[in-house]
Amino acid sequence: MNSKMKSNLEVAGIYLIFAFMAVIIIYPIVWAIGMSLNSSTSFYSSTIIPENWSLVHYKWLFTDPNSDYLLWYKNSMIVSGCSAVFSVIMTSLVAYAFSRYNFVGKKTGLYTFLILQMFPAMMAMVALYILLNLVGLLDTLTGLILIYVGGQIPFNAWLVKGYLDTIPRELDESAKIDGAGHMTIFLRIIIPLAKPILAVVALFNFMTPLFDFLLPSIILQSSDNYTLALGLFNFINDQFSNNFTRFAAGAILIAAPVSVLYLFLQRYLITGLTAGGTKG
Amino acid sequence: MLEREKVVDNSLSEKGSINKPKPVKHNAAIATILSIIFAGFGQIYNRRFFKGIIFIILEIAFIISCGDFINLGIWGIRTLGTIQGVDHSIFLLVYGLISIILLVFVVAFYILNVKDARKQATLIAQGWEPPRLRESIRIGYDRSFVYWLTVPGFALLIFTVLLPLLFAISLAFTNYDLYNSPPKNLLDWVGIDNFTQLITVPIWKDTFFSVFSWTIIWTLVATSLQIILGLFLALLANDSRIKFKKLIRTILILPWAVPGFVSILIFAAMFNNDFGTINRDIIIPLFGGDGIPWLSDPLYTRIVLIVIQTWLGYPFIFALFSGVLQSVSKDWYEAAEVDGATRWQKFRNITLPHVLFATAPLLIIQYTTNFNNFNVIYLFNEGGPAVQGQNAGGTDILISWVYKLTFETNNYSMAAAISLIIGLLVSIFAIFQFRRTSSFKQEGKI
Repeated sequence: MNSKMKSNLEVAGIYLIFAFMAVIIIYPIVWAIGMSLNSSTSFYSSTIIPENWSLVHYKWLFTDPNSDYLLWYKNSMIVSGCSAVFSVIMTSLVAYAFSRYNFVGKKTGLYTFLILQMFPAMMAMVALYILLNLVGLLDTLTGLILIYVGGQIPFNAWLVKGYLDTIPRELDESAKIDGAGHMTIFLRIIIPLAKPILAVVALFNFMTPLFDFLLPSIILQSSDNYTLALGLFNFINDQFSNNFTRFAAGAILIAAPVSVLYLFLQRYLITGLTAGGTKG
Repeated sequence: MLEREKVVDNSLSEKGSINKPKPVKHNAAIATILSIIFAGFGQIYNRRFFKGIIFIILEIAFIISCGDFINLGIWGIRTLGTIQGVDHSIFLLVYGLISIILLVFVVAFYILNVKDARKQATLIAQGWEPPRLRESIRIGYDRSFVYWLTVPGFALLIFTVLLPLLFAISLAFTNYDLYNSPPKNLLDWVGIDNFTQLITVPIWKDTFFSVFSWTIIWTLVATSLQIILGLFLALLANDSRIKFKKLIRTILILPWAVPGFVSILIFAAMFNNDFGTINRDIIIPLFGGDGIPWLSDPLYTRIVLIVIQTWLGYPFIFALFSGVLQSVSKDWYEAAEVDGATRWQKFRNITLPHVLFATAPLLIIQYTTNFNNFNVIYLFNEGGPAVQGQNAGGTDILISWVYKLTFETNNYSMAAAISLIIGLLVSIFAIFQFRRTSSFKQEGKI
């Protein structure tokens, strides 16, 4: 009896901890949603659950002539979309070469990737700013995309190479005997088999630019070129108390679909990461 | 069929043809010397006319198109310009770096050219007959295919990663700041002056050591807390007596799913001294007073930052550990129970080693990520509040300090010098981590 009671108390304690955690997790989220539904733009009159809620801020984002929200949304989609597509193409080509061919500089290349991975991209931000300025790509989406695509190669090439190494070589060798050329083997055999890891690469490279703040803040200067993260930050950076409600609305519109997507995909992401990180 | 095998394994076909002994008077040394004199001469001597002509054209084209540029670049990177107002030091520095990169590739190509001439000359002397033009083009395509695969990626990598890194490293050894900037002024190489300043000039020294120590504290405390909390919750959620596991897991993972950028800005508003909900709805009603100066007192800001990072970072660890915990065999626990092990002993000797072993590389990455976690620091309070007697904010870590030096005070050289220190510190960590990962070990064996 005594031990059962002890066990019950423990379980109750655990539930209590979870309840406490749930409050800490959900409070900021609910508060932000409440803010976005608050009909006034001022902070001071607001309570957590607004007395007279309305969708006025959401409407403002989409319809007001002063709102650049849709433009930022478009910019973000261009940057994230291009970054995802080109990253997958570049990375899969490089990873295929490293996984299947022997060539001059292969080992040097792999070591270079490792070393480049170690240095944080931010270390070079001074240089990126000046270099892009030199070639006239400062304040353009193209410049931003190029840097995202180039910067992801070392890490993702290793990731994809590791995956391609697990695809049996007999497959491409038998295709070679059947007369398939290099490109055919790559497109018809390797790519279809590597779909799962390429999907992870695409997802990473779609999400990173979407919520990156640092790089866009260095490269993009005119408000017409802002991505969502930058635009939303400037919403509250200009006049904090005035625009926070609008920021909340804009942030929720983008955070909600992404959160749902992540909740669905997190299991695959975790599996992918642990498989890569723990195999040895 | 036979032909194809030749294509597949070219080196074999070369060896295969040697078997027919037909000694020819052909000198490998001459081929080598000729190819050193000018790329392609050796190949012509070997009667590989097509290849030789292509090599000659390549070299001539290179000399014509890049010769002047490389000349200028090498001069530029050595002197950083000599005429004030005319020479632009930064352009010259970039040209110089590009020239060096180009030269590295040219030298590599040249070495290959010499090696190729020498090898083929030796083979010809032994009676090997070179393949016909058509055949050799096919072999050439076959062998060079892999380079076509990697060239776009490498080119991009060189210009978006390698060149900027080299450039940043170079800047650390110049005197580029707001008051000494091209095109008005010329830059100079100043050796390690920036680094000596950093540890001798009082304002730099004070700032550097206070920012550095906070960076270390921040990295260790915030990361360890998120790992401990993640592990603790994973253990609880893994308890067999708990129901609604799926719901609990989903809620616990929520902070990971919400984009960090959004959460941080929401927290920044919640902790606002004047109108934030924490002061207005929790602190003041419960404890009275005027609330806590979350954003204007460095100590409070630091505490809040660590709490926020824990909130943001634990779900990933939680998800990771939950996965690993399920893979720990039940037999071990049962065996331990038979031996009368306490719960703590089971945790200490079975669970913890298992979980840590499986996730060590990812946990180390967490530390390096937080070391450079610009987003939390900058978005929450822009590294503030300001502190007297130093030129960084009270919660600035190294990376956000670099950002401020670059974009607020335009002290490019110092920013680059600090970046270099960050880079060195992170690489020490990273080397430690990569030595453990399997792919590295496998590659090392090749």
